[in-house]
Amino acid sequence: MSAMLHTEDLTIGHGHQAVCAGIDLQVRTGELVALLGVNGIGKSTLLRTLAGLHAPLAGRVTVQGADLATRSARDRARLVSIVLTGRPDTGLLTVDALVALGRQPWTGPWGRLSAADRAVVDAVMERTGTTALRTRALRDLSDGECQQVMVARALVQATPVVLLDEPTAHLDLPNRVRIVRLLRTVVREDAKAVLFSTHDVQLALDLCDRIVLMRRLERPWSGTPDEAIASGALEQAFAGSGIRFDRASGTHRFLP
Amino acid sequence: MRRSLGWIVALGAMSVACALLGLAIGPVPIPFAEVWRALIGTSTDADVTTIVRQVRLPEVLTAGVAGAGLAASGLVMQTIFRNPLAGPSVLGISSGASLGVALVLLLPPTLFVAPIPREALSIVAALAGALGVLVLIVLADRRVGDGITLLIIGLMVGYLCSAVISVLQTASLAQSLKGYVLWGMGSFAGMDLPRLPWLVVPVIAGLVVAHVLIKPLDALLLGETYAQSLGVHVLRTRRLAIWTTGVLAGTITAFCGPVSFLGLATPHIARALVRTNAHGVLMPVSMLLGAVLAIGCDLVVRAPGYAAALPLNAVTSLLGAPVVLWVLLSGRRWARSSTA
Repeated sequence: MSAMLHTEDLTIGHGHQAVCAGIDLQVRTGELVALLGVNGIGKSTLLRTLAGLHAPLAGRVTVQGADLATRSARDRARLVSIVLTGRPDTGLLTVDALVALGRQPWTGPWGRLSAADRAVVDAVMERTGTTALRTRALRDLSDGECQQVMVARALVQATPVVLLDEPTAHLDLPNRVRIVRLLRTVVREDAKAVLFSTHDVQLALDLCDRIVLMRRLERPWSGTPDEAIASGALEQAFAGSGIRFDRASGTHRFLP
Repeated sequence: MRRSLGWIVALGAMSVACALLGLAIGPVPIPFAEVWRALIGTSTDADVTTIVRQVRLPEVLTAGVAGAGLAASGLVMQTIFRNPLAGPSVLGISSGASLGVALVLLLPPTLFVAPIPREALSIVAALAGALGVLVLIVLADRRVGDGITLLIIGLMVGYLCSAVISVLQTASLAQSLKGYVLWGMGSFAGMDLPRLPWLVVPVIAGLVVAHVLIKPLDALLLGETYAQSLGVHVLRTRRLAIWTTGVLAGTITAFCGPVSFLGLATPHIARALVRTNAHGVLMPVSMLLGAVLAIGCDLVVRAPGYAAALPLNAVTSLLGAPVVLWVLLSGRRWARSSTA
């Protein structure tokens, strides 16, 4: 299968300060990939660079074979959507109107929804279980509901690549599983490429097709969950932090 | 959606009704039938025709256009700065315009070369002052990036401008001082038909651009990063928004003085009415509401029963402040939208 999202010798960072260099990443169609790594290692920066929101310090990002840097903002918005961390303060905006904002790259200069746009919004809301929330404001929702809405907004954008920055943060266990399973379904049924950062190692190992590990002073490691455990890459990434991986069972334990 | 359309139609009708009242009411009350005859040019009374066409029509049009423009500039600023307190009179933009006008009106006349009429010069000066402060606010916003600091900066700029203005005032002639003080109270009167295009054309242009901004402003409700990920050129949108609000607030301040409250309060009242912050609805509703409120305030200013006209700013504040307080304190959460 061809790579939907692809980076070549990518260096990411802020200003002149490189955070991570030599990133050769591939996310294929129909693949759910988890991005793991300790805090401050550059997961958010990588996701924002992949979405074209940050310019790469070196190298390039291609989506469907097209260099993201050469595309217009609107074209980029039709290729990559992103869910950021945190809950935006959207005031009175209803969930319905908020999700519909995801159609902006496809609507005309006035942002008016066509019948087709409306159908996409309705279908995505049905699928993400957000239809019942449509008249509520984002600030009145629980963290779990809020995350579902933000995922719905990204899916409405109908991009082949979807990026999510810690979509399971602040959620209880059932909601975490619900979000990742939703992403799994979307990846399979819509032939999308989805990359999300997370600290839920077990969730990533159990539900994702592949894992990308960001490591200090090294190029990111990439492979299947089984390989991540078997090769000791996972153990190494979290070395010295009191976590032990059991290679036989594929689970981890915390040392007292 | 149907509900908002209802509001747009109702406010449109209200602004027409207020305008008709504005033509009829004044020191000389004129019956509506006579007003209509004067407008279409079949009135036999030359005085009535003059009053309606030369005095009241320009005033009502000025009030309507200025109200709509101030409301639109307030709404755009509140979304762009993600700050419910943003508005032309709060961020120091009116102060900048005032400083420009003060420089023109208060400095000795000999400083100015004859070919440019003072009035035209004061408009240019008000525009330059408004845009100058806006550029400063934008630069500050870049550096500090938080709403409260920005408001404090706006206040400080306002104090600075007021300080310079009071120094100018002490050194100026009594005649020019009176002119400036009257201008500072705000007024929709004193406009005549030949000069009207100088106000109407820039403001209409600003209102059109404000409508072009509806889509990116909606995206900005999610924050700048999300807006960018939706294909919005955030920097370009910001620049366009700032030019638009600068031209709107600057032109209106030049002609009508620093009209307080309408720019800040109207978008809040509009949100309370339509209970949404989607700009497709909020923009036209704010503009129409702004026109209605401005014409309404102007009616109060020159209602019959007292000798001299009331200062416009006293009326807008007397009406505006309680409304905003009511909106904020009425306990309805939808009214307390922290972002535009």
